[in-house]
Amino acid sequence: MKIAVSATGNTLDSDLDARFGRAACFILVDPDNLSFEVVENTQNLNAAQGAGIQAAKTVADQGVDAVLTGNCGPKAYAVLEQAKIPVITGLSGSVKEAVEQYKKGGLSAAAGPNVNGHWM
Amino acid sequence: MIISVASGKGGTGKTTVATSLALAIGNSAQLMDCDVEAPNAHLFLKPVLEPEESVFMPVPVVDEDKCTMCGLCAEICQFNAIITIADTVMTFPELCHGCGGCQAVCPAGAIGEGKRTIGIIEQGRCNDLEFVHGRLRIGEAMAPPLIRQIRSRIKPEKTAIIDAPPGTSCPVIAAVQNTDFVVLVTEPTPFGLNDLQLAVETIKILEIPCGVIINRSDIGDDRVADYAAAENLPVLMEIPYERGIAEAYSRGEPLVESFPQWRQRFATLYEKICQLATGREQ
Repeated sequence: MKIAVSATGNTLDSDLDARFGRAACFILVDPDNLSFEVVENTQNLNAAQGAGIQAAKTVADQGVDAVLTGNCGPKAYAVLEQAKIPVITGLSGSVKEAVEQYKKGGLSAAAGPNVNGHWM
Repeated sequence: MIISVASGKGGTGKTTVATSLALAIGNSAQLMDCDVEAPNAHLFLKPVLEPEESVFMPVPVVDEDKCTMCGLCAEICQFNAIITIADTVMTFPELCHGCGGCQAVCPAGAIGEGKRTIGIIEQGRCNDLEFVHGRLRIGEAMAPPLIRQIRSRIKPEKTAIIDAPPGTSCPVIAAVQNTDFVVLVTEPTPFGLNDLQLAVETIKILEIPCGVIINRSDIGDDRVADYAAAENLPVLMEIPYERGIAEAYSRGEPLVESFPQWRQRFATLYEKICQLATGREQ
């Protein structure tokens, strides 16, 4: 199993990045043994528009089973939904803490985007 | 001839200048209000308008049966408006700039052309003066294609006055590029000076002759005038800060109609612009 966490840095102790589309990077974690790899998101950080769309495609192409983040807008959500990847929003703290919360269960997937897009 | 009236800073008097210049030129002029996010020239000219026309942008429509999921469309799109995901193609029409790149590169011929409304155009007349303006759909980000549509209605035999949006971004470029002269309206304040400098740098890149009008010229300080002199920019007109002018503005009256002495000044302004734009009198 592999879950993607939006992160401000490249370790498990890095803070979870509340922004999905413009997160510094994504940490792809195996919740069973906490092994992880880092996927950079630099290109989207500086994108004029559509950062959420590309970020969603980036993690979907990595074959993740879930996304843990702070906020997810309507376009990123639509792409993740199309790829059938559940997204859990409203998380904060370190990447490790988010993964542990996920492992404990009790987190439910968002039924829709939890923030507005930057374009109407 | 096309004269654009622009400014780095908003609220300096573009519409005051554009409407009065057009009225002073008279029946050979066309006023094109290209400030599509907040058109206001009609408040002063009160034109009789024909029914509005919708303006569309081309957007991709994908035939999923023909699509081979090769991903070339997503690769060429610089605006993330089309992506391939989980055996399907998703499009985001509101992000599309309508370039047609996805359609051109699709090897399967799976991408056709749809359309979405970006705004409306209205045209009409204010006595002898022809008037055109556009209004961007609320929430729409793509002003330049609407501005280009307004400009496509310029008649070559007329003198077109373009009331440009404020600033120095894409909509301004769309409004002023390939015009014969740019009038930059500013005010003698630190913001007026700063934004004038940005506008002048922009117009230099576009290589269009330009001049400055200083509105509310008796407030602030001399730094705008000093800058214009240092840059060799002609100061074409100064409009003082007068209560009467402000009152007429607040009633929606063009400057040249409330104060007939300004009609001659704007006619002289037009002559100056013609000389500077073409190097000869018209």
